[in-house]
Amino acid sequence: MGSGTPLLALRGIRKRFGRLEVLHGIDLELLAGEVLVLAGGNGAGKSTLVKILAGVYDDWEGTIELAGRSVRPRRPHEAAALGIACIHQELALVGPMNAADNLFLGRERSRRFFGVDDRAQAEAARLWLERLGLEVDVRLPVEQLPVAVQQSIEIARALSMDARVLVMDEPTSALTVMETRRLFERIEQLKREGRAVLFISHRMEEIYRIADRIAVLRDGQLVGTRHASELGRGELVEWMAGRALTEHVRAAAPGEAPRLSVEDLTVADPARPDRPLVRDVSFEVRRGEVLGLAGLAGSGASEVLGAVFGRLPRARGRVRVDGRAVPSGRPAAALRRGVAFLTNDRKAEGLTLSRSVVENVTLASLPRFSPGGWLRPRREERTVRRLAEELDLQAPSLGAPISTLSGGNQQKALLARLWLTEPTVLLLDEPTRGVDVAAKVRIHRLIDEWSRAGRAVALTSSELPELLALSDRVLVLHRGEVHAELERHEASAERVIAAALGGAA
Amino acid sequence: MKGSMSAPLRALLALALVFAAGLVFHADGAFYRWDTHGAMLRQASVHGILACGMTLVIVTAGIDLSVGSVLALAAVFFSLLTIQMGWGAPAAIAAVLGAGVVLGALSGGLISTFGLQPFIVTLALMVFARGLAKQVSGGQKISQAVLKPDGSGYDYVDLPRVFDLIDSRLLGGTVWVVTLVFVAIAAVSWVILARLRVGRHAYAVGANPEAARLSGVPVRRTLVLVYAWSGLCAAVAGICQAAQEQQGDPETGTGYELSAIAMVVIGGTSLMGGRGGVVLTLVGVFTIGYLQKILSLNAVGEAGRLMLTGAIIVGAVLFQRSRRNG
Repeated sequence: MGSGTPLLALRGIRKRFGRLEVLHGIDLELLAGEVLVLAGGNGAGKSTLVKILAGVYDDWEGTIELAGRSVRPRRPHEAAALGIACIHQELALVGPMNAADNLFLGRERSRRFFGVDDRAQAEAARLWLERLGLEVDVRLPVEQLPVAVQQSIEIARALSMDARVLVMDEPTSALTVMETRRLFERIEQLKREGRAVLFISHRMEEIYRIADRIAVLRDGQLVGTRHASELGRGELVEWMAGRALTEHVRAAAPGEAPRLSVEDLTVADPARPDRPLVRDVSFEVRRGEVLGLAGLAGSGASEVLGAVFGRLPRARGRVRVDGRAVPSGRPAAALRRGVAFLTNDRKAEGLTLSRSVVENVTLASLPRFSPGGWLRPRREERTVRRLAEELDLQAPSLGAPISTLSGGNQQKALLARLWLTEPTVLLLDEPTRGVDVAAKVRIHRLIDEWSRAGRAVALTSSELPELLALSDRVLVLHRGEVHAELERHEASAERVIAAALGGAA
Repeated sequence: MKGSMSAPLRALLALALVFAAGLVFHADGAFYRWDTHGAMLRQASVHGILACGMTLVIVTAGIDLSVGSVLALAAVFFSLLTIQMGWGAPAAIAAVLGAGVVLGALSGGLISTFGLQPFIVTLALMVFARGLAKQVSGGQKISQAVLKPDGSGYDYVDLPRVFDLIDSRLLGGTVWVVTLVFVAIAAVSWVILARLRVGRHAYAVGANPEAARLSGVPVRRTLVLVYAWSGLCAAVAGICQAAQEQQGDPETGTGYELSAIAMVVIGGTSLMGGRGGVVLTLVGVFTIGYLQKILSLNAVGEAGRLMLTGAIIVGAVLFQRSRRNG
């Protein structure tokens, strides 16, 4: 391992989104020939940091030094030119193009007069892939190749650009055990060549297999950096979980009767038939109970909620509400059975942005406001006004497009939409994502009120303290399977994170 | 949003500009005569009927390229039934409207069931319906001149009264019946979009289909109904066209889908879906109608008319856009 100047040094990196600071001065060093694993829960700031390195943002404070020289990538191609290559979770290849074309995309080898020298590119591509121990037909469209091979092509592209720093953001999330092993062999090779790898993973086993050193982020701050051999698993979990937890907001005792019961829920992944997104998940939620579904990114918690609501076509399993079966694959039918669902992507799947606040709130319960098919705008307006007061929803006017509202008020409008459907079961996927603190408090109270009224609530949250504060019981998912079930008194942040990483709860 | 002017206001302003141009270039006072305005409305009515149906489709973020061909098919079919087969007007009208609804519903069904792009599906129907019109008519115009069975010449039959009835004037001779048909279609289209549940569904589907689906909106049924309405409008327009031309011409209505789209867009209804409405479309119909009328009054040749119309469409749409970005 090299001594003296680190290959890459981050000093005092700060980044804010609007008024919200998400990185509070991160210092991090990456040495030549080492793998530094960056760990942390959802929302810790890992992805933001990676994007800064990748040149996605240009409005951050602090300095980046590459081999002692101060650099500042402002665009992705600038980062690439500096020798920083990022391999993201979602691959950045052009599917219909072949491996050689992808490898040299944007810096094609041209013939003397015009056109691309396909033969030279194919030959060069073959050599690069061979170095990674890969024999593929470089003329095949990459979308026909396995994900692992596509990933290797990305690594080969990084190498062909002589990248000295490779940033890998959860590269194993889509790989099988064998493919992961081969990836790790390649990473060892990169280390021998004196390159540095910044590796992000959510899996305990992997972290300890590949890491030379481990750095942990929490809430936008660096908790610490230590050699992997000196950081015990318990300590790693403690670093990730932190200590400060919000008080439990729930006091009511849930009833006994199961309201929602889910049996053997499986959701296939269209991209990988051999590895479902959710596998054989079964659970019950009783009257007045709040069940938290915990898990790190890609755990399948979000897909569980979507599948119960019937929005995912590739879901199998049995869903019952108060003993009555809910037909699968049809959100409209689920709504009629009293199931309401809040998406985690407000803009893309929740709001009709160009329409008014009133129309957005009444969308899921229009028959109530249009007897015989004729709309009753005044009745709609009255009802929405009452709900808006109840939820402290601030809008310049209820007739204004909902796009003019703040995130917190938009979220309240979506919750009001759910409320109007008079649900008995509520599935809330990240109910407080991207809302301000005041709205968060109101939404927490609403969830509590709903459960006190005997409704069954199942929710996810990437903020663990919030999840623990809201839930009567926590189901921890890991790679699409239930890894642990913890009652409220057992559910500490440490245990949930340990289980979410795939360890014992 | 800095631009304080609302979409209807901007559209109205564009119309006022065109109207003012008419007051200036009045062609020796022709623009000041009631007759001119009645004639403008007569000429714009068929296009306006198509534009009303098109508005509903565009609100769902779709497009209906088939309306010009469906119009021709309806004109041919209507002429065939009334002139050559001797059907009564009510039965013939019902049959033609039914055909329009079926064709429109077919588009909507294909689009919503298989997730096909509206552009492709209605392009296919545009070609198909044109072919069907030629098939039904044997490639001939269906008119009073009926080919003798032995092919030796033509017999002339009486034109059914319904033709003259549709192409006649009312209210002191300034308003044509086709204009009243247009007004009726516009009124019903407005009710559908602004007052019925299905209209609200159409806006929701256009603004965000996934949000609509997750809210239990019957997306497929909504799209089928919307395209069926567009098909019905095209059939109505076809009957009016046949009455005005006194024949069923399988070549008629070529390019009408584009003028209908232009009218909707000039009004300010967004091709992205989820916003706009029939009132805006009416403003677009008047804007293009007056523009055409003023240009022809001033004896601007067809070449100049087309180029100017194109330029004004771009200008009007830029005008509408500046509201959203400003």
